[in-house]
Formats: sequence, C-alpha cells, structure tokens
Amino acid sequence: MKRDAIAIKDGDNVATALRDLAAGETVSVGIGDHVVAVTMAGAVEFAHKLALADLPAGQDILKYGEVIGRATEDIPKGAHVHVHNIESLRGRGDLA
Amino acid sequence: MMEFQGYRRPDGQVGTRNYVGVFSTVVCANEVAEDIARQVDGAVSFTHHQGCCQTPVDLKRVNEVLIGLGSNPNLAAVLLVSLGCESTAVAEVVEGIRKTGKRVETIAIQEHGGAARTRAEGTLIVQDMVSEATSMKPENFPISELVLGMKCGSSDTTQGLSATPAIGVASDRIVAAGGTTVLGEITEFIGAEHIVARHAATPEIGQQILALVERMENRAKAVGCDMRGGQPTGGNIKGGLSTIEEKSLGAIAKAGTAPIRAVYEYGERPQVKGLVVMDSPGREPEILTGLAAAGCNVIAFATGRGAPQGFPFVPVVKLTGNALTWERMRDHMDMSVASIIEGTESIPQAGDRLLERIVEVASGARTRSEITGYTRAMDIYVTGPVI
Repeated sequence: MKRDAIAIKDGDNVATALRDLAAGETVSVGIGDHVVAVTMAGAVEFAHKLALADLPAGQDILKYGEVIGRATEDIPKGAHVHVHNIESLRGRGDLA
Repeated sequence: MMEFQGYRRPDGQVGTRNYVGVFSTVVCANEVAEDIARQVDGAVSFTHHQGCCQTPVDLKRVNEVLIGLGSNPNLAAVLLVSLGCESTAVAEVVEGIRKTGKRVETIAIQEHGGAARTRAEGTLIVQDMVSEATSMKPENFPISELVLGMKCGSSDTTQGLSATPAIGVASDRIVAAGGTTVLGEITEFIGAEHIVARHAATPEIGQQILALVERMENRAKAVGCDMRGGQPTGGNIKGGLSTIEEKSLGAIAKAGTAPIRAVYEYGERPQVKGLVVMDSPGREPEILTGLAAAGCNVIAFATGRGAPQGFPFVPVVKLTGNALTWERMRDHMDMSVASIIEGTESIPQAGDRLLERIVEVASGARTRSEITGYTRAMDIYVTGPVI
C-alpha cells in the first residue's frame, strides 16, 4: 500500500508527510489500515505535518490521539501545519 | 536466553567495557585529567564544568554524580584529578566509589606542584591501573545484567513513528528477561505525562512522575517566556516538530509497555529491576552523564536528524528511522529502522534487531561514536546559579 503521509490514530486531524508533498497534488494518507485522499493546499516537506480537515482558529490539534497544541489561525485542509499556525499550550511562562 | 560478554565487578555489577576512568573533580582540573587519559591506552577521562562556586544543593549533586560515575561497572578503576582548593568533597567521593571494591586514587595539582608533575605522576598510576584491569577476562552474562539507558535527540517527526517505538520494544524485552531500563528526559514528558503516569506500577509512582514533570515545567516557566525555540529546539522545528507536546508524545514511546517500577533523582542508581524513570533534562551532555551515573552499562539513542554524540565509557547505540539521515550521517549511526516507515519491517521486528545490536555492542562491538571518538558529550546537571 503506497502512502505519501501517515496519521497515527483515527481522529487525528494532522498527518506526517513521508516525502516532500507539492501544492495541488492529491496524496494518499494512511490511517491505521485504511487510506484517504487529500489534495494539498500548499507544499509540505518530508516529516512535516498536513491538515486532514479544515481547522478553525482555536481548534485543538490532534496527533497520536492526543492534543499537541491549538490552531492560531484558520488552517485549510491539505495545508502545512507547523509553528506558524499552531501553538503549544505547555511550558508557557508568557501565559497567565 | 540471550547473553553478552562482560566484566563482573567486586560489587556484583557487570560492565560492558573495561576502562580506567580519569575524572576531574572540578572544572579547573579538566586539562590534566584529559592529558593523562590521552597518554594511556585503555583510559578515558570524564570532565565537566562544576565543583566550585555553587550552591550547597548543586555541590551535593556534584559529589553524588562523581560517586555514581566512578561506581559505573564499565570502569575497572578510577583516578580523581583534583586542583586542591575546590568545593567538591573529594574524600567523600573517594570513599563512595571505594564501596564498590574497585581501586580509587586521587592526585591534586596544587599538592604536586603544578600540571606537569601531576600529569607525569597520574600517568604512571593510570598505566598501572590499566595493566591490572586488562588482566581480567570477560565472561558470559544473561541480558538481565543489562542496565539500558534510553534517550532520543536531534529529533524529527520520523522518530515517534519508528526509532523510539523500536527502543520501547527492546526495553520490554530486556525487562521481560529480568534486566533494567532507565527513562530520563523529563522535559519530554510535558504534554504526555498522563500517558507516562498510566505506566506507573502504583498510583504513588504515578504521582511521583507527575510531580517530576511539574517541577521541570516550572523551571522553564520561571524565566517568563514561551519555551518554544528552546524546546522544541530549532533543529526539532526544522524536522517538523511544532510543540513540546508533540515532541513528548514521540519521545515517550521509548517507555514501551512495561510498568514503571520506581522514580529516581538525577544520577541515582536504580534499586529495583525493570523500567524506571530518572529526573533529567533532554540535553545530551547532562542526560548521558546522568544515565552513566545511574549505572547504565549501555545506552540506546534514537535520532531523526542525526545526533553524533556518545559518552566516554558507556557505549551509545544510535538508531534512526529517517532514511535520509541514515545516508547523510552514516559515520554516526549504528542502525537504521527506516524500514518501519517504508513499510518493510514491523516495529517489533525492528525492536528485536535493535536488541541484537545492543547485545553485540555490550559484548564489545564498537559503536560509531566510539570508533569516531565522538564521545565527549558530558556534564553534570545542576539547577542553581554559579555564584
């Protein structure tokens, strides 16, 4: 089964790219034993994450079935998900 | 039952190496300790930046860690190189290491009249120690005598999918055989501590784990800024890791499925067999030193981007799940588990292959960091100021 990206748990809203993915291409994302197709809204390099759904600002980001942070802006399905559009909720001395 | 060739020490611990250690007791004695070890085949030095002008809590830490390192079974004998005016309690360190039954000597630069005389005298002592040590023959031991330290570093997102779960499998196998595995890097429990705590053998141990994570997070918060950029590191972010929570969830796969039997302070020797947790940050010099002080005789180190470091007297087995890193950083990597992401090998199969490699290395096969001499990642973790 050819996979271009992999999501770890059902319900995760991000997947990890297994190769450099180009904007506009349709890629196969493996989630458990099934595969879904996602059209890339932007380029995502190897080992970086892409959104598996439209993620509104404030949305929890789920990987490994756990919260790894939240969206700081609206992120379209197929877009690169990283430090420019999600933030950590932990170890934040700048938060009250 | 899997076996490895090792060296039985008088206190019953088993070493995977048979070196003589030359330790500086204070930052000011580093040059002489390094010079002596460099001149004697079979000797290795441990140097650091501590031992003077520190708070009592940190000085106590320095004494304890030096005792722990000297007691590591990979060392047959130890020479302590002192300046003579430091705050490290040198006599206490000597006494602590001697409890293992191994030979310990001290030499002080100010008493011997400078570096040149100390170097000459120390070299003669260490030559003698190596002669004694190498008269010893290795014997076969079951893998229940392994104390495996676990670490990941220069991380990317391939790690949590491949190399760290492979370490988890190897840890489970060693624990099932009656051995010990040590998980550190408390910073990398942040965001995953509820999962680690679920591994605790008792609710009390679970509470101790959560308290350790809270203490580490508070150290970061105390500086009043967003810890991102510090953790995850700039390199982690290039590797696709966005937050400490994400890094942690990948890192804790090293724990495997065994129950956590106990929680220890930095560098403390486990008193139980099985999987244990030890306080430490994730940075290489401090955690590798902490694992060595805790008595680890071999270390497994997962790295997505390619961390080159080893440690002077504990072999460090490097594995990567990133095919590109395996190709680019070949001279620093001991094995590839990129097969997991490529879909040609399962995580348990890769974990079994890692265990075989750990046993070969424990029996004397040299790691890439030993071969390349990239073994100087060391320092003692302190939490207070230099004063």
